[in-house]
Amino acid sequence: MRQIEYEIINTVEKLFADKKIDIFIGYKKGTLSLQTSPYFLSEQDDVRKLVWNSFCSNNLAVFIPRIIPNSKSKESKPVGILCKGCDSRSLVGLIKEKQINRDNLFIIGISCPGIVDRRKILSRLDGKEIIGIDEDADSIVVKLKDGEKRFEKEEYLCESCLNCAHPTPSIYDVLIRGAVYSLQAITPDPITKDFSSKPREERWKIFETEVSKCIRCYACRDACPNCYCKECFAEQTKPQWLGVSKGLSEVIFYHIVRILHQAGRCVDCGACVRACPMDINLRLFTRVMVDEVKERFGYEPGISLKDTPPLATFSADDKQEFMTEPE
Amino acid sequence: MDNFKPRIIIFCCNWCSYAGADLAGVSRLQIAPHFRVIRTMCSGRIEPEFVLKAFQNGVDGVMITGCHPGDCHYISGNYKTIRRYYFLKLLLSEFGVNTKRLKLHFISAGEGIEFQKRVNEFIEEIKKLGSADYAQKE
Ligand code: SF4
Ligand code: SF4
Ligand code: SF4
Ligand code: FES
Repeated sequence: MRQIEYEIINTVEKLFADKKIDIFIGYKKGTLSLQTSPYFLSEQDDVRKLVWNSFCSNNLAVFIPRIIPNSKSKESKPVGILCKGCDSRSLVGLIKEKQINRDNLFIIGISCPGIVDRRKILSRLDGKEIIGIDEDADSIVVKLKDGEKRFEKEEYLCESCLNCAHPTPSIYDVLIRGAVYSLQAITPDPITKDFSSKPREERWKIFETEVSKCIRCYACRDACPNCYCKECFAEQTKPQWLGVSKGLSEVIFYHIVRILHQAGRCVDCGACVRACPMDINLRLFTRVMVDEVKERFGYEPGISLKDTPPLATFSADDKQEFMTEPE
Repeated sequence: MDNFKPRIIIFCCNWCSYAGADLAGVSRLQIAPHFRVIRTMCSGRIEPEFVLKAFQNGVDGVMITGCHPGDCHYISGNYKTIRRYYFLKLLLSEFGVNTKRLKLHFISAGEGIEFQKRVNEFIEEIKKLGSADYAQKE
């Protein structure tokens, strides 16, 4: 881990020294334990503050369309960014949707061993105060006042990391090889497959129970690189799609539309799930779409810069089966 | 159930299906009076929000209509509608919503009779299904 962190720091230092970039987006130590914060640094800032560990959970691509104008002038330098597999998939999506120019990015790719779900760990600590964290290749050691606890990483990964087909970035300028990702990806995802096989009423019940916890803070949207709309439908007032209440029908409306806006675009990074303060299992619903898109159109978002997203195109062979009842 | 009057929204595209509906009207074809037509320029304009909003406001069925494949006046709007509609249906059914309440049909400007037939069929089907219970839960 330390080794990789050094490599990142050295690479970034060199990029600044060579005047290749003006700004770099990475991670620094978070204010809470088991967390990191996004770190924007320019040449004057302390490169040594950059960190790389199992809690680098934000999808950094989210900042790209929001802070960098697509039409940067020729003289300005590219923005440096640290990318895990999923962050780079998001960037590919953004490039394809013309939100950013590839030339405006300098990507330090890092082959990712998976992100550890802090909530899974927290749930095992019975609310005890954490004094320190140590991490080696396979495990996390949490130091408590009365001793320490060891957690095998593989058992505590985020759900989307447990079934990640592309832990190595799909595009990058420099690749840093991290720890090896050892899990085998399965499509369709076992968890969503299990959900899909339940009877209709039960599925609705699950969906309803999950989303009824929603407080409409929109953190799931704000954490998602795909949600770069200047004005989200959720906040439009003309027409007003959503009322301002926390009523169930409004919440259901928000969620169904958000999921539909992700169809063929969601890269299953899990950033929305990690951002949700109410622990809603959002992935259960977006992953269904991911698998369906793959099965139906052989399309995986974020893998190639060439193929067209299925909802942005059509084929004259799209026949009757699309119009009949799906099971 | 006999006096159940369903409320149905039919989205028509300006160039084909709306003209088809118009033809049905001027030809005085009899259609059960339980639907309202909303005209859009192209079926490709119909966002999932439109459909969901209708359901949320308590309609019992939504039908999307457009030009036949190949006939869209904006070339490929209706092809894209097909895919979008597919995802919408898929998602709704994934969450356990009865997607029989949502239909897609292609109706040309000359097919007044087709319009009558499809709409009457749909109204019959919705009558059988009864009032939508998942709408307006609160
Ligand atoms: S939910 Fe839809 S409208 Fe809102 S930001 Fe995301 S993509 Fe845009
Ligand atoms: S919807 Fe969630 S999992 Fe999908 S790309 Fe957005 S943040 Fe990632
Ligand atoms: S982050 Fe969670 S609580 Fe907030 S809007 Fe999204 S689903 Fe709802
Ligand atoms: S104009 Fe009729 S479907 Fe596009």
